[in-house]
Amino acid sequence: MNGTIIVNGAQIEIDFDPADTLLDVLRDNGHTEVKRGCSKGECGTCLVLLDDLLVNSCQVFAATALGKKVTTSSGLNGDGRPHVIHESFADAGAVQCGFCTPGMVMATHSLLTTTPDPTDEEIRLGLVGNLCRCTGYVKIFDAVKLACKRMRKDG
Amino acid sequence: MADYTTVGKSVKKIDALSLAMGTEPFTADYPLDSPLVLKFMYSDLAHADIVSLDASRAEALDGVAGVFHFWNCPDTFYTTAGQGYPEPSAYDNRLFDHKVRFVGDRICMVAAETSEIAEEAISLIDLEMDPLPALFDPELARDPDSPRLHADGEYMPIPVRYQPEENVCAGLNIPLGDVESGMKEADFIVEHRYTTHQASHAAMEPHVVACYLDPRDRVVLVTATQVPFHVRRIVGRVLDIPIQRIRVIKPRIGGGFGGKQEVLLEPYAALATLRTGRSTFCEFTRSEVFVSSRTRHPMRVDFKMGVKNNGEITALVMDALMDSGAYGSHGLTVLSNAGAKVLPLFNKIPNMLFTGSSVYTNLPVGGAYRGYGATQSYFGFNQHIDMIARKLGVDFLDYCKKWHIKEGETSDIFRILGEGKEGVSQVIGSCGLGECIDVGAAAIGWKEKRGRKQRGANGAIRGVGAAVMMQGSGIPKIDMGGASIKLNEDGSFNLAVGATDLGTGSDTILIQIAAEALKAPPEKFEILSSDTDLTPFDVGAYASSTTYISGGAVKKCALAMLDQLQSVAAEALEVDKETLRHEPECFTDPASGKSFTFEQIGYRSFYAVNQAQLQANASHTSDVSPPPFLAQFAEVEVDPETGVVRVVEFVSAVDCGQPINPILAEGQVEGAAVNGISFALSEQFVFNRDGRVTNAAFGRYGIYTTADMPRMQTFLVPTDEENGPFGAKSVGEIAINGPAPAIANAIFDAVGIRLYDLPMTPERVFQALQESRSQEEPSA
Repeated sequence: MNGTIIVNGAQIEIDFDPADTLLDVLRDNGHTEVKRGCSKGECGTCLVLLDDLLVNSCQVFAATALGKKVTTSSGLNGDGRPHVIHESFADAGAVQCGFCTPGMVMATHSLLTTTPDPTDEEIRLGLVGNLCRCTGYVKIFDAVKLACKRMRKDG
Repeated sequence: MADYTTVGKSVKKIDALSLAMGTEPFTADYPLDSPLVLKFMYSDLAHADIVSLDASRAEALDGVAGVFHFWNCPDTFYTTAGQGYPEPSAYDNRLFDHKVRFVGDRICMVAAETSEIAEEAISLIDLEMDPLPALFDPELARDPDSPRLHADGEYMPIPVRYQPEENVCAGLNIPLGDVESGMKEADFIVEHRYTTHQASHAAMEPHVVACYLDPRDRVVLVTATQVPFHVRRIVGRVLDIPIQRIRVIKPRIGGGFGGKQEVLLEPYAALATLRTGRSTFCEFTRSEVFVSSRTRHPMRVDFKMGVKNNGEITALVMDALMDSGAYGSHGLTVLSNAGAKVLPLFNKIPNMLFTGSSVYTNLPVGGAYRGYGATQSYFGFNQHIDMIARKLGVDFLDYCKKWHIKEGETSDIFRILGEGKEGVSQVIGSCGLGECIDVGAAAIGWKEKRGRKQRGANGAIRGVGAAVMMQGSGIPKIDMGGASIKLNEDGSFNLAVGATDLGTGSDTILIQIAAEALKAPPEKFEILSSDTDLTPFDVGAYASSTTYISGGAVKKCALAMLDQLQSVAAEALEVDKETLRHEPECFTDPASGKSFTFEQIGYRSFYAVNQAQLQANASHTSDVSPPPFLAQFAEVEVDPETGVVRVVEFVSAVDCGQPINPILAEGQVEGAAVNGISFALSEQFVFNRDGRVTNAAFGRYGIYTTADMPRMQTFLVPTDEENGPFGAKSVGEIAINGPAPAIANAIFDAVGIRLYDLPMTPERVFQALQESRSQEEPSA
């Protein structure tokens, strides 16, 4: 099968098997910022935006994404530069091995889009689909709060 | 404390931003030229002989490049444990064998154009298996009627006890003083059995390796490893190729926690690449990581302590039985560490006996896991101390403060118990445990909460508990790290280290150490780590060694570079070298007030006078292993109706010497603590009666998510360790040891029941509550 998806604003032609997932085609097309942690939709390392919906790209068929816009962590700011959420994760000490971080960043973006000023509980629930084994989540919570503060100031 | 410029500052992790973006390559992100995909076929049986294996149908399948098995591969015995050489682990593992020893053991491997073809090929392999009786209970391992797992010439490469004929892959007998008379002196004896369970490291990045031949046919392995130099050595030995012909590159690593201290996939990828001449790629699925990589060794620990009414412990007997699983990776050293990292903590016990065996079973294989035996042992030890303090009617924390090892003191255990040999004497140079206890107690509200049994809103009962612990900083007289630094003409430096940053931030910390020594900002350093062609040797990231050992090498190396810089500056300024003052990025002659900058030194030495590349090398080992110390506190809420235990608040106060980078040090403690809480309460391997893991997925294994999180507080209590670089000790492992006993002690504080077995699931807690109720109210 083949078709087109728009990844971080760039149209790409994909050639894929019916069983291929969005994660498969993203990684095969050089978007290795989308990580594969479990292939079961249980770890959140492959989170991307499909149009405006946050999805585990390992759980979406590539065919489903045809003609749609996909946003990954490296494309979050639109210009290839770090987004304030990336900077907040780095500044808060929330990045250790970094394998979960692109997914965490996408979940944070999604949370702060719908809930610009989340409570602690809303942050916990907003990131519940993202596992991290390095940080114990503490500094990730700090990062989300820092991003929230910075985005309010900017916005 | 000394006044530092860069050390002690939370310098931003050098790769944090690019990791967050996703632009730092991990192993799976390396572009390869149409690689073959490697897939393993695994055993469905816990113990069986492979009577015959016919791969002809698989080999005939279009897109299959090779099938690898016992009958066409080297049969060298080796250990997957990435340790110093010779490894203190049994050589009981082959690439493939004519026998399988657990459900999930390797039978053969297929190299194919796609993973789908590889999987189809596996389904076409014709096997005849002869099932053998399986051994699942480590307590029965030495029973003469139990099946034997290893009887084909497996051996131990160092002169220590190895008895495969009894399923014993390692044993220990460490006597100190006379425990029998020590017990007689005691006024009372506390004795109990504790058990700890398997656990998965659950690093977010699975085990993964890429391999290719370079233009001169050298084997290049890009791999997710904590031990690149051990990978190179072991691959060379197993495949009988010169170390010189192998290059190992460690890119970014998605967490290790000991799981990537194993040389698991690299020999297979190198073999397939050499046989086919093709690039190869092998990435474990999550289920393979759970079942067929490595786990925390389960351990049964019996503690018996004789205590006088004045609190003195007159004798301690510890017997440990460790379940090594089907192979003996780290079988001796995790067991010895269960004593070595625990018994010196209460160093006034004159009589001790530590015995233990590590035994084979037909279960998944144990390996290195953060805490490395100390986690298993501290679970019982801290509960034992809690029981003793309660019997004496003294506060647990007061008891610990009185009896723990102090600065200027030693323990005979340091001297007699090492890694497969005698240990190394050491006197404690820094110990902030007393202050850690005070800081943590104040933060959790110990005095206000201990013994109060406050009721929560939902009828749950609250309690607080604590645990104290130590670890080490590297393995004394064994671990070695190397570093080299060269100057560029703009006054910047390239730092090359063998040390392996597996996500901890050690690249950043090692830069900070160099920057401090050279009085240059950290931005002036570019680091290259863990490439066996380009960087000096380092044993790798394990045994809490990187900051202390590798950091020691970096400091030495930076000072050697400083000396060279100073010589050039003195020559240029035409003054005596000794008169120069070292200032930020320059030297100044106090007499004339003239300065000569690092940049000027660079240009002068590259292009002008006495031309040379200024470059320094240094290696570091340590005769001692200064322990970090930690006090951890849990406040829990126990629901007596359901047995559910919820951690409300968790506090850690750690003495890791001078933290090089506080935010990263806190991150180590927080990550380890949450892993420890999750291990204590919810993570577990569930086996069916055939020895199969039935929950090999994140969703069913029980790893903590953000929704499970208690309130967390972490305190760094700095001390100045004279042996460490700028006063630093280790911090990577220690904080995983305390959650289980602190929570167990808190559960007792809340509801008066003891949990002797991990994990402390609602079912177990409920059952213990039921038993205690039935004891209180005996039925008519």
